[in-house]
Parts: sequence; C-alpha cells; structure tokens
Amino acid sequence: MPDSRGAAAPHMLVGVDVGGTFTDLISLDPATGGLRVAKVPTTSRDQSVGFMSGLEALELPIPAIDALVHGTTAGTNAILERKGAVCGLITTRGFRDSLELGRRTRPQLYGMVGVFEPLVAREFRLEVTERVDAQGRVVEKLNENEVAEAIRKLVEMGAETLLIHFIHSYANPVHEERCFEIAQALWPNRYITLGSRILREIREFERGTAAALNGYIQPVVGRYIERLSTGLKSHGLHNDLMVMQGNGGMMSARVVEDHAVHTVMSEPAAGAIAAAATGRQAGLPDLIGCDMGGTSFDVTLIRGGQPAISAEKDLDYAIPVRVPMIDIHSIGAGGGSIARVDRAGMLRVGPQSAGAYPGSICYGRGGEEPTVTDANLALGRVNAAAITGVSGPADVARVRAAIEAKIGKPLGLGAEDAAEAIVTVANHQMAAAVRLVSIERGYDPRDFAVFAFGGAGPLHAVAIARELSIPKVLVPRFPGITSALGCVIADVRHDFVRYVNRALDDMNAVETDAMFAEQRRQGEALLKSEAVATTAVDFVHEVDVLFQGQVHLFRIPVASPGFDATAVHADFVQRYDRRFNIRLDGMRASVASLRTTVLGRRRPLDLAMLTGAQSSARADAGEAGARRRVRFGAAWLDTPVLRREALKPDQSIPGPAIVEQLDTTVLIDPQSTGKVDRLGNIIITVS
Amino acid sequence: MNLDPVTLAVVHNGLRAIASEMDLAHEKASFSPIIAESFDRANGIYHRDNGEVIAQGDRGLPTFVGVMQFTTEAVIERRRDIQPGDVVIVNDPYVGGTHLMDVKMVMPFYYHDRLWCYLTNSGHWPDTGGMVPGGFATNATEIEQEGLRLPPVKLYRQDQLDRDVLDIILSNIHVPGERIGDIEAQVGALRVGARQLTQMLDRYGAELVDAAVDELRDRSERLMRSHIEAIPDGTYSFESLMDNDGVDDKPLRVHLDLTVRGSDLIFDLSKSSPPCRGPLNSVWAITRSAIYIAMKHVFPEVPINSGCFRPLHIPKPTGTFLYAEYPRAVSGCAAEVSQRLIEVVFGALGQAIPDQIVAAPFSCSGNFSLGGYDPELERHYVMINFSGGGYGASIDTDGLSNAAASIGVSKSMPVEMIEERYPLLFEEYALRADSGGPGKRRGGFGVSYRARLLRGEGVASFLMEHGKYQPHGLAGAGGGVLNEVLIQRNGKTEQLELISKGSGIRLAPGDRVTVRTPGGGGFGDPRRRERELVARDLRRGYISLDSARRHYGWTD
Repeated sequence: MPDSRGAAAPHMLVGVDVGGTFTDLISLDPATGGLRVAKVPTTSRDQSVGFMSGLEALELPIPAIDALVHGTTAGTNAILERKGAVCGLITTRGFRDSLELGRRTRPQLYGMVGVFEPLVAREFRLEVTERVDAQGRVVEKLNENEVAEAIRKLVEMGAETLLIHFIHSYANPVHEERCFEIAQALWPNRYITLGSRILREIREFERGTAAALNGYIQPVVGRYIERLSTGLKSHGLHNDLMVMQGNGGMMSARVVEDHAVHTVMSEPAAGAIAAAATGRQAGLPDLIGCDMGGTSFDVTLIRGGQPAISAEKDLDYAIPVRVPMIDIHSIGAGGGSIARVDRAGMLRVGPQSAGAYPGSICYGRGGEEPTVTDANLALGRVNAAAITGVSGPADVARVRAAIEAKIGKPLGLGAEDAAEAIVTVANHQMAAAVRLVSIERGYDPRDFAVFAFGGAGPLHAVAIARELSIPKVLVPRFPGITSALGCVIADVRHDFVRYVNRALDDMNAVETDAMFAEQRRQGEALLKSEAVATTAVDFVHEVDVLFQGQVHLFRIPVASPGFDATAVHADFVQRYDRRFNIRLDGMRASVASLRTTVLGRRRPLDLAMLTGAQSSARADAGEAGARRRVRFGAAWLDTPVLRREALKPDQSIPGPAIVEQLDTTVLIDPQSTGKVDRLGNIIITVS
Repeated sequence: MNLDPVTLAVVHNGLRAIASEMDLAHEKASFSPIIAESFDRANGIYHRDNGEVIAQGDRGLPTFVGVMQFTTEAVIERRRDIQPGDVVIVNDPYVGGTHLMDVKMVMPFYYHDRLWCYLTNSGHWPDTGGMVPGGFATNATEIEQEGLRLPPVKLYRQDQLDRDVLDIILSNIHVPGERIGDIEAQVGALRVGARQLTQMLDRYGAELVDAAVDELRDRSERLMRSHIEAIPDGTYSFESLMDNDGVDDKPLRVHLDLTVRGSDLIFDLSKSSPPCRGPLNSVWAITRSAIYIAMKHVFPEVPINSGCFRPLHIPKPTGTFLYAEYPRAVSGCAAEVSQRLIEVVFGALGQAIPDQIVAAPFSCSGNFSLGGYDPELERHYVMINFSGGGYGASIDTDGLSNAAASIGVSKSMPVEMIEERYPLLFEEYALRADSGGPGKRRGGFGVSYRARLLRGEGVASFLMEHGKYQPHGLAGAGGGVLNEVLIQRNGKTEQLELISKGSGIRLAPGDRVTVRTPGGGGFGDPRRRERELVARDLRRGYISLDSARRHYGWTD
C-alpha cells in the first residue's frame, strides 16, 4: 500500500466496480485530467481483498482520494446463492405465508417442476394481532405484548435481522412504526427493516419481499462495507466511502445498512449511468446500452441522456425487486454462451454459459463446449494471443476442431462456416432482445444509437445495429470498465414512492403538494445524514397515471408546489395518443403513485479526460501496423489491427478494421466506418 | 429449396419474435385486466391452407396452444369470401372456440396480393353478456345462458369497421364501455404482425420463408417423434373422476387409453362420461389443446408448430362430454376440464415413463366470484378471483406450492388489491399445511384463505374441482388433499351442496367464505423420505406430527 505521509490534499476521484470475474478501477484527477485504469481478478469470498489489490495497482496514495465510490455485487450474490442472514419476520395475524406463497406462478411457461426456497424460513415467521384496512383505518389494535413475545422468541431462535411487515402498511404505517419502537428496545442489533419504509406501495408479496431482501443482505453488505471503510480510513481515506445503488445513484457508506436492498443490481446500473453521460457529451443522448459480458447481454434504454427507471425486476424465480432501479433487461447471451445442435438439427446458442470456469475452450481450462468467444476466435476476430484473463496464447486448432466436430458436422458445415453460424445466430438473438425491449417501452430502435460495452459488446454491436437498421454505434474509450466509470460520474440519489390510488380529478393541489413536501423532507434528511459534498440538490417529482380500468402506467413529471391536475391530465392524454395512437379523452384517469427523486449533484466531469489514460495493468499486446486475416461473411479479408491508445481524435477508421485494447476488441465490418471523437469514443456509422 | 442452417434458425426465431411482438402490443393496450394483468391472450401465425400453427408468441397463454389453429381452420372453411383488410371476429365454442369470453380475431395476411398466412389472436373479455357478469354461470344448462355467441362474422371489411356488427355486440354485454378499447388493442396487434411479416418476407423472400416453415414443421415433428420413440410401446389407461357438472350431483369420468406405437401416440377418450347438463362440457378444440399442452409440459423443448402435434392422434370422443355440441353449456371447460385432461395424460404416461413425469397437480381454478353493491364506495362490483394450488412432485423435487394453473401463467390478485377494490376483509391467507400428497418427494401445498364480507349484500358463486376425488400420487405416493369451500352464515358453517360448485349464494355483512385449494400428488414411497426432510417439514409446520407418524413412519 502506498505511503500515506506527505500526500497531496485529497482531490482524486476513484471508482471501483466488483464484477463476477474482474474488479475494475478507474482514477481521475479533475485538476490535471490525469486518469488511470486497472483490472484485477475479483476475490469472490471477500471482495475487499481484490478491492485493495486493485487500489494498489492504481499506484495511488489513498489520502489523495477525495471521493471513492464502490459498486458491489455482495448483496446480489448473497440473494442468488441464498447465503444471506437468518431473518425473523413479524407480520399480521393470518399472513405469515404471503412471502412463501407468492402470486401463483411457475418458473417456466412449460414444464411443471421447480424449486423455491423462501428468504425467511417458515418457523421464523411469526404473527401478531393487528389489522389495518385498505383505506388505512385501524381495524384491530396492535397487541404490543404479542410483539414483545415474538421478538423474544425470534432472538432465542437465533434470528439475526428483524423484518416488520404488516398488511396495508403502505396506507397507514402506524402499527409498523409502533412495532419498530418496541423492537428498538428489545432487538440485540440495528438490523430492523420495516416494509413501509423500504417500499410504500400496495401488493403485500412484492413489498414484503423488498423488505425481506433488505433484511436478508443487511448484515452481509453492512459488514463488508464497514470492514472496507475501516480499512480505508486506517490507510488515510478522508471522506466516507460511497456505494452505488441500483437506481444509478450512490449513497454514503454510513446509510448503506438501512438501504441494503438498494445495492442490488448496482453494477449494471453504474454502467448505464456512464453510458448516459458519455452519450450526452458525445451528442448522442438517445442510446440503447448493449452490455455483453461473459454470461449475459443487458439492454438499457437511455432517452434524452437519462436511463429509464422502473421497478419490474425479478432477480430470481419469485424474487421480485420492486424498489426503483435502472430498467435493465437481461438475456442469457454472452461470450461464454454455449452453442449446440439440438435433436431436431437446429443450431442453438445459450442461454447455458460456460462461465469463467471451465469457460470457453480457448481459455484452456478444460472447457469442451464451443462458445461465442470460441467462434470469434476461429473467425480471427479476437486475438489468440490476448484473451482477457488468460495468460499465453489460445489453442486455435483445438477450438476449430471442437467447432467442426460439435457444430459443423451435424449441420454439414466446415469449421469456419460453423463458427460464422454461431456468431450470426447469437447476433440475431441479441438484436431480437433489443427490439422487444424498445417496443415494450414504446420506442422504435432506429431512433437510437447503440452504446456498445462489456468485454464482448464492441465485437457484436455493428452486426446488431445493422440487423435493426440502427445507423450508429458508439464504442466508449473503455468499454470493459464502464461500470467503474459510472461510479465516478454518479450523483447521490434517493427515490421515494408513495401509493395513493386516487382519481386524478380528485387530487387537490394542497394535499398533493403536502405529500410531495413530505417526500422532499425525507430526502433532505437522508442527504444531510450522509454528509457528502454536493454542488447542488435537485428534486424531481413525478406521478404514475393510468386510465381507470387499465394496467399500463405512464410516468409524468409534475411541478410541486403548484400541482395542477388538469395539466397532468392533458399531458397524459397526449402521451397516450403518441404511444397507442388512440385518443381517450372521455376516460377517467387515476394516479397510482407519487414519486420524488432527490439528487445530490456532483461536479460534472469532462470525459475528454479519458483520452489521456494510462493503463497500469499488463502491457497491451500487439504492435503498430499489424494485420491479420479476419472472416467477414463468406470471405477472409486482410484486416488492419489498430491499437486503441494509438488512435487520435478525428481519425477515420474505414472497415474492415479491428481495434484492440486491454479490455475489449472492436470490430468494424467492411461496410462500416469508424471515427474517433474528441472524447476518444469511436463512433461507427453503419451503412 | 436449399436452406442453410443459419437462415433456418433466423427465420425460426424471427417468426416467434413477430408473434411475441403481437402479444406485447395486445397486452399493453388492453383494458381487460384479465388480458393486461393476467396475460389471458395469445397471438400467432397460421397456415394459409389449413390453419395449422406456424408460430405462436412466447408470452401467450398455453391454453391457446392448439385452440387457435382450430379457430383459424374453422374460419377458412366458413368464410370463403375473405378479402384483404377483413378481420373476422368469432367466439363460438363449437367453431374452434373455448368459452364465450375468449374472443378471437382472424385476419388474412397478403403478401404481394397473394394470401400468405392468417394472423389470429384471442383475448379474454371480462364479459360477453349472459346470465351472470363474468360468464361463469355454474348452473347454466345451455349456451344461450352463458352469453353472446358470435359465429365467424366480419368485424372489419376491407379495413372498414362494420358499425352494425359492433353495435350488436355492445348491446348484448354487461359493461360495453371499455370493450371498444379491447377491440382496438386486439386488431392493433394483428396489424403489428402484418407489418413485421411484410418486412421479413421482403428481406428473405416468400419462397424461402415458405420453405423454412415446412422444414421447421418437419423438424418439430422429428423432435417430438424422437421423444415418443423412447416411451415403451403399449396401452396405458388412466381414469380420473370430476366432482360433478354444477347441476347434477354425479361424477364425470375422464378415461384415457393411451397407446404408444413406435413414434405415434393415440389418445382414446371414448370411455369418458356422456355429455352433461351443466357447464362442464368440453369443446373439441379445448380437448385437443389440453392434450397438446400436457405433451408440451412433458417435453418443453419441442418448438410449437403443427409438426410437433402430428404424432399425436386424438380420435373424436363423440358421445362424451369431451366433445360438446350445440347447445351444451361449456363455461367450465377452459379452466377445469382442460386441467383435468392434462392430469390424466400425466397419469397414463406416469405408468410408462414415471421418471420423466410429475404426479397430479391441483388442477382447480379456484374460481370464486362475488357480485354486489358496495355502499361505501357507492358502486356495483363483480369480483372474479382465482387461486393457485400445489404441483405434483417429480422423481427429484417436491412440488411447488401455490403454483399457476397448468393451462395458464396468470398471477393471482394480491389480498391488498382485492380489499382495495371489493368489500372483503381477509382474516387468513396461508399455506395449507398437510395438503401436499405424502411421498419420498412431497406434493406442493395449496392455499387456505378465509374472507369476511364487510358491507352490503353479496352473491357468491364457485366453480372449482377436486372436491371429492384427490389429485393422484405417483410411484407409491399419496395424493393431494381435496379442495374445500365453506360458507359461514347465520351461525352455521356449511359446505356447498355440490361441494366444489355453487351459484347464487347470498351473503350478508359478517358472513365468511373459506376456500382451501388442493395440494399436488407425491412421488415415491413416503417412508423413504429422508429423515432430515421430514424433520424440516415438521419444524416449518408444513406437515403435522400426526401426518409425519401416519405417512412418513416418523418416530420421535
């Protein structure tokens, strides 16, 4: 660890993103524009080990760091692997099973087998007498003796965290709050979660699950962040560590424990934030983020420089996460996706993945099933001498032989045609996913540019764009560390939602403004407790509106104070017409929820800084003037191989061309042309 | 035509994507909550010659897997006068239909002035008239009581809406207001399909796509046959009894003799009960579709197109309640009878290939409808509530609890939303312990709820099943526990006269309804269940001590 004595005043910005395979780091000096990046292996048992060794690789004195922002998968992983805390639940009499029963579903459309392990085991779910009705009226008083008794019992059974989740608490949280007061006196630690504080929305299973997720990962995330914070402080970090959230904002480490569920899906969210900022500065504010990694392909829609926020995500079967998050749609298509020929002789790619171990055949770790990465290698698209995360050159002959035997033979194709087939099918699947995501959200993909990131995104982006008639592809300077960059850029952000379910014309200005003011107060209080330096604080108010009788919501920005129901109605009818081509002036509109977002703004960064980056990781492979044979369509073309760091602003890159860099390979096909912009992005025009 | 494997895969994915996009357009713009929230709709592409399915959306309700090709086939036969821009509307159960609430639309799709295919969709309307709002009249004895029956008529003629037809429809249903929105959504989805198909044919050429469609059908068939060939030849018989038809209190027999011969399956249902008076008759389309769904559940990876159904032979079960003819009442067939047919297919195959088959699922829609006037919200209401139940266990997994119907994937309504909309208060909504069939692998659990009417008078009806005869266990395991409905009023607690069905039951404020849905069947001898799993089930209260001793040989 670098010596902390005699370091300069804190001024550096550092983002650390811990992904499944790699921990990515980026450091920026806003004064000089100095920038460094690093990539080290993730240490999954204790992510802080990789975190610290990554900081070391940056060769940066910790006391020089002003803001250190961390995106962690610790919480997400604990949920997926069911390695969270032992939670105890106190709930309304008659309802202890709602977390286990869910909503009458099954994991797949066809096939009637499946397994579901509830987050809270049934014996740890206790009931107390209390009841509030749908209008928020107390129907039966909370029995406080039962609460105390239940708490004692859960402590005795060894529950580590406590969940308090009552029916209709979104309408009136009085019993949950009283239960919390009692629990504060009796519960042995700080780990207490209230359903209505995590998500003030109707639907007992979804709200309860959000609360349960918070309690389930609170100790895991809390202890990890605390350990890390303590370590960093002892090395001289001045300010609090900050942590990324799934909504694309960050929060101070000191509030992370109470908001643990908000760290879920924060890694892809950080990537979307970086994509949006890059697009804004590059003059392409409407983007479709295409993040292709080893196992998944994540699609995010960015309109007007802002990623869409939604609360529709299911993290796993019967594990909905309904807190507001950046809307990211994931399909099982990545570099590691396995290609196979099924019993009907059809070529299929994914969703099964070879993962990091054994991984693709070219990794040489015992993988035997051909993957998308293997196919790219066989086509000359990736450099056999520089497979990310593998030392030494890949065995191309072995890869070709496997593709020929497993895919080519059954299809009657040679190795090269078979490899081409794998890549084509994968590209079509990803293009179809992009199309459905855009259409589902009411947009035409042709109105967007593709933002290609992740280790494999820039290899496939041009083909996906062409398939969808999308004219432009933006490849950022560092596609493989986009999430780490997002950490550096993100604002402090908190979202508040309150379910109201009222006819729009019944919403009077005074009452509605008062509810928004309450959300604003909560946001201000939270920001204050975080003590993060911000340049400005912004509030955004929105309402979710729908026609009575329909389900499909429109989110509409509103002014408050000064809420005007008539103006909202006019705005809504117009948006509806634009989306569905139907004018429904006569129908009555309803407001489902009020939303307030509080944003603590950080100083904007000029991403042109990225052009001057130094990489602290191993030396980049390849030399200037290199060429290699790459297959495009049916032909092998002698293709120039450029080094990314050697590119100059305004440089034009006619296809066919390959651009190599530490974290990815960019493929420009013969019909396309790339151009380097002022920020170091390559903007590819797809003809 | 020479088809390369990439084009084939791309056309295959492309056709499915088009149908999925139709599903999406349909669900987003619909007013019917049954479509928008419960996804009770489906869209697909059908062959111009015979209506055979070419592709269906990934998001469509399974129950329509087979049905819509029969609808399309019937429209082709009956509407020889079809022209570009026409949209045919039909909900006649006897003409490739289901229950009246599933309204289908069929649109011919022309490419360069030549008929290339039909685009068809189906959406569940909340209401098509009839003696009760919602359409599930459990005491109906003829179709006219169930609602408005539309033969295949043109709703649009060469892109022009026929206002006369529309007026007839809107004049015959209980809540016409929002239906025009549903019609626009449904027609809009067909047009989305037409637009996308045109693009695909422009790109690849009609001849090539035609060839791909044929090839894909043959490959699906080969894949299905390869699975069937692995099943030992022979005839496997299975019989299951349904409680009653909602009118006469006598059981309905679903009897299947399944013959496996090489790569063909013959489903003989002729020994089933004769037609019944109540609404439990199954139309021919539903009977066939249920068998298709069952096979798709058993071999999920076979892509849906007409090829995968070719090895499945189903002689018309004429003279039985599984081949309903006019004017038989049919509102119970889509939910109850189709689920039971799936169960019976599992039962027969369970004798042949038990390792690949699950025990019986709960097979009950849990349909509890309530209508009345809410004096506090000052409005009339109609609630239709469905519940889940337990799935059957497999050789290596316990059954899922509170799972979706085998014919659908629609979610149940949250208690908080029911209470927000209707004057009910739930005193309990719980996992029904001890309801899963005991086995080495245990059946999943049903749900148990008790709700109290808060305000105003209400009229309740119930259309459920498995109240008298259990879902079966497999390989020596026990069956799932029976469905129960209890009415608590006037100081008494009573069962329904027909156990699982009843109509017009008057409720006053303070009266209570208790529903307990069935669990799934178990798999394998319960005494061979691992002790630590029995101990866990006891600790969690999934099973009682009594059950542990009796079924699992538990000793303390």
